[in-house]
Amino acid sequence: MKTLLELTQVGIEFKTPKGSFKALENVNLKIGTGEFVSLIGHSGCGKSTVLNIVAGLLKATTGGVVLEGREVNEPGPERAVVFQNHSLLPWLTAYENVELAVRQIFRGKKTRAEMKDWIEHNLTLVHMDHAMHKRPGEISGGMKQRVGIARALAMEPKVLLLDEPFGALDALTRAHMQDSLMEIQSDLKNTVIMITHDVDEAVLLSDRIVMMTNGPAATIGEILTVDLPRPRDRLALADDSAYNHLRHEVLRFLYEKQRKVDDFTPRSSAAKPPAQIVEPKAESVHAGEADAAPQSVVEQPQEKVA
Amino acid sequence: MSASPTVPHKMPRLELSTLLTKTLRAIVLPFFGAAIFLLLWEVTSSKIQTSLGQFPGPGQVVKQVHGLYLEFRDDQERAAAFYVRQDQRIADARAADPNYAPEYRTYAGKPTFVKQIFTSLKTVFTGFILASLIAIPLGIAIGLSANLYAAINPLIQLFKPISPLAWLPLVTIVVSAVYTNSDGIPKSYITSAITVMLCCLWPTLLNTAVGVTSVSTDLINVSRVLCLNWTQHVRSIVLPSSVPMIFAGLRLSLGIAWMVLIAAEMLAQNPGLGKFVWDEFQNGSSESLGRIMVAIFTIGVIGYLLDLLMLTLQRSVAWDKQAIVR
Ligand SMILES: Nc1ncnc2c1ncn2[C@@H]1O[C@H](COP(=O)(O)OP(=O)(O)O)[C@@H](O)[C@H]1O
Ligand SMILES: [Mg+2]
Repeated sequence: MKTLLELTQVGIEFKTPKGSFKALENVNLKIGTGEFVSLIGHSGCGKSTVLNIVAGLLKATTGGVVLEGREVNEPGPERAVVFQNHSLLPWLTAYENVELAVRQIFRGKKTRAEMKDWIEHNLTLVHMDHAMHKRPGEISGGMKQRVGIARALAMEPKVLLLDEPFGALDALTRAHMQDSLMEIQSDLKNTVIMITHDVDEAVLLSDRIVMMTNGPAATIGEILTVDLPRPRDRLALADDSAYNHLRHEVLRFLYEKQRKVDDFTPRSSAAKPPAQIVEPKAESVHAGEADAAPQSVVEQPQEKVA
Repeated sequence: MSASPTVPHKMPRLELSTLLTKTLRAIVLPFFGAAIFLLLWEVTSSKIQTSLGQFPGPGQVVKQVHGLYLEFRDDQERAAAFYVRQDQRIADARAADPNYAPEYRTYAGKPTFVKQIFTSLKTVFTGFILASLIAIPLGIAIGLSANLYAAINPLIQLFKPISPLAWLPLVTIVVSAVYTNSDGIPKSYITSAITVMLCCLWPTLLNTAVGVTSVSTDLINVSRVLCLNWTQHVRSIVLPSSVPMIFAGLRLSLGIAWMVLIAAEMLAQNPGLGKFVWDEFQNGSSESLGRIMVAIFTIGVIGYLLDLLMLTLQRSVAWDKQAIVR
């Protein structure tokens, strides 16, 4: 596969009031055209930072990002971002939100009528054609995220960057959104980097899962290739041994090798692995719960001591 | 207790009681408040003896409202008569000489209370609009540039607390010096409007700046990813996003403008409500206190209506309909 995007020795230090904070170090990653890569790791490890460096919203202190042979120095529409909090302009309708992007990118390249068709096409793609003229305040969280995706897709990006796009959604809506995204992906074959907290989501959607170590100075711990055939069906995969093996690999990385210990009481020794790693509750770690889920694993022995 | 047999009636009864509470809150309680106020006023006023006679009670004030209305009606009749006479005169002159160039004059009667209200409104809006024209662009500029903000903020903090009474002599003298065209717009009007402007600039300026600085970083990132240029960024991201804050500022500004106006008109002798109060005070007739009270209530009612107007505007432009605007 042809390499589209390459991160070489990427590192970043943030200046903080308490001195400089090294968030990332030695991040190396090659992504091929049409590949779907997810980034998974505990909350605060630096996933968004990696994505923002690729987007050009943050500048790497060391190393750099090269897209199609050109170094990334600033943000641009060929690296469209879908943010966790939809980031739609609340005073514009779904249509107008997409329109803002389309007008900007296809100015002089498409006629007004073509632009209109293109906006409607993208909103239809994410099943938002029925609520095109509603404002973000009038639609649900899932619908807002759909519009955000439509806006990004409408930009025809070379790389689509998704920062926990479904993190704020309930489980059922999230499953719908994942199916929609897979469907779109099978048509458009975009190159995608997606951050997720959800192990199932990562395995279901990705070609490769990039697992990040805990910060500070976080880097890529392991990369898991997901060679499950497409189209993937979540129900059929639930009993699939290859699927479950992959899931298990990710869970093992997150809760065994990169168990988050720094937030907990020092009494729970980091060296001693918890009795049971795969708890039903810990299977998928959603936004905001990432810290809580492993905590329940570690706290169990403590309760027995006390 | 006896809860079980009344279960089917529970819901309508609940609704009825909330309806009752609502009417109570909206009509009955305000009515009581007003009644108690009037009573206290009546009792207290009867005990205050001034050099101009007894302090006016509610009845006295109602009488003055009527008196002021009659003055207004008489004046209107006189104005109508004036124009009829003028038209007649011109028609006669034309009949005698077809080449006669008529000279139309406007009726210049003694300013009535109603006229004074309109003068006040005109003056306050002039000052308020001038202030907004300065404050909104400047607020956007200092909101966008931290350096500009650092440079200007101390000045804002310095000028913000200055009373209109302090500005007025300065403004009066400067206006007299700069504005020499004495038969155009009256100086007192310009002086009052500028004083209003100087005092009501600040809330809009600060609110606009805060609105602009608090544009969500997500939206700024959207703008960066789309590579919007500066004008597009300001027009499609910054401005709409700070509109609610700007309007909150405008509402505060108009409130201050109205308050400042009365003082400014008193001192600048602009023929509005402020001058009305001052003239009555100087007059010192037995009716003066009552007429001043009428002016006070008028000032209050108009201030309230202006605020209501701004509130309606504020609600209509708010894109965040969940935000409680009151
Ligand atoms: N602008 C910044 N200044 C200082 N520290 C930052 C900044 N952005 C992120 N960080 C820190 O870098 C680390 C990684 O953050 P982030 O990439 O947002 O994590 P994640 O997305 O994996 O939850 C965190 O410890 C965070 O506190
Ligand atoms: Mg993040």
